[in-house]
Amino acid sequence: MLARRVIPCLDVANGRVVKGTRFVDLTDEGDPAELAERYAREGADEIVFLDITAAPEGRGTILDAVRRTASRAFVPLTVGGGVRSVDEMRAVLRAGADKVSFNTAAVADPELLTACARRFGRQAVVCAIDARRLPASVESDAGVPVAWEVVTHGGRTRVGLDAIEWAQRAVDLGAGELLVTSMDRDGTRSGFDTELLTAISSRVRVPVIASGGAAGPADFVVAVREGGADAVLAASIFHRRMFSIHTVKQAMAAAGLPVRPVAEVEA
Amino acid sequence: MAGSTAARGPLVAVLDYGAANMVSIGQALVAAGARVVVAEDAAALRGVDAVVVPGVGAAVPAMAHISDRGLAEPLRDWVRAGRPCLGICLGYQILFERSAEGDEGDADTLGLLAGRTVGLTDAPTLPHIGWNTVELVRSHPLFDGIPDGSHFYFVHSFAPAPEDERVVLARTTHGRPFVSAVASGSLYGLQFHPEKSAEVGQRLLINFLRLVADAGATGGGRARAVEVA
Repeated sequence: MLARRVIPCLDVANGRVVKGTRFVDLTDEGDPAELAERYAREGADEIVFLDITAAPEGRGTILDAVRRTASRAFVPLTVGGGVRSVDEMRAVLRAGADKVSFNTAAVADPELLTACARRFGRQAVVCAIDARRLPASVESDAGVPVAWEVVTHGGRTRVGLDAIEWAQRAVDLGAGELLVTSMDRDGTRSGFDTELLTAISSRVRVPVIASGGAAGPADFVVAVREGGADAVLAASIFHRRMFSIHTVKQAMAAAGLPVRPVAEVEA
Repeated sequence: MAGSTAARGPLVAVLDYGAANMVSIGQALVAAGARVVVAEDAAALRGVDAVVVPGVGAAVPAMAHISDRGLAEPLRDWVRAGRPCLGICLGYQILFERSAEGDEGDADTLGLLAGRTVGLTDAPTLPHIGWNTVELVRSHPLFDGIPDGSHFYFVHSFAPAPEDERVVLARTTHGRPFVSAVASGSLYGLQFHPEKSAEVGQRLLINFLRLVADAGATGGGRARAVEVA
């Protein structure tokens, strides 16, 4: 049976892992390759590197981190942030990544998803969607339909897209997986936005990765069970060792969700 | 890349045919004790002990790249001579005769094993991405030390349906069960990615290298012809 994945995310800026609240107030949390290896040892099902500077000059440092990780930790690696072309994607895959996640670049040029899927297969193309509740629907009052808009640049830019419609379109265009981040919850440790997850996971066939708001193991269970997420991603609760991946998986297993045990053979 | 142990390990050619992400499999093989060369053409197969056919993506462009580089016939000759070969994911699928992943109808693939690659049926999510259990149909040295039902990493939407049940080593269920590992003589195929499957994946690659070394030591690998489709 397909296990629900637990995915630590490394937000990388200038070659270091950083974490802030809603993409601001960044603090240094370590070397990306070292952290990635630690997570792989601890049972991470996959590791996401997110280049939050998304600047061309930062690409070298993130590729170096991927290279160093890929030579020692044999788990799937996803890289996101600033990849804008088929050629750039090839360079990231050649460094040892398995998937590339597109966010702003896909919004600006949706055909990019199609071009990359055609070249490398849709399983290598992840569309990251940063979604924020529209003001009228924050409390989800009766009569007011809940809706989310797509934002980019760490939430600073509104792009005038409905998040649910964009999710469906991204899949039609070639995305093989969706990484859905609630910008209302990101960094707040107030739990995942399960309504957002359900709205998307019920409308697409590709796996949905839940992101934004994890406070503890119980949130992972809710994201899967109520939100229909196939995988759950978190950053700060792992970096700061508030919870281990093992603890999260134990909680998921206890709730009856299929997970990959941390170690099945002696290393 | 090669350490002191690796210097004595089998020499493995990883087929590079463009789109494939052959970096990861190369690194995982080195960590498992192999010496690795990247093979872009048939000349690079000379003197190696085993061939690994990696691959993600679609069958049609993959077959086109393999043909463009003049690799299709040498690869068939290699396998028909009974020499060790491991196909992974798309590299496993194209070992069979046909793939339903063609742009218009079936696409012809290498034809080394009887059967056709088809889309996963009744899958709750597609692509099938993540760690799933591999249920062994019979014991085989490729899975030595790996508990039945271990999790391996999958990323695919299609899988081969072998015509000959005797080649089936393991099945995995996502929607309906599909064949996730085969062996026919020294030809091995895996739908999952051992190079991305942490400890169990490394164990499988070490087992593969041991089978390669045994085939080389007895010379049987060269002489024993495989029953091919």
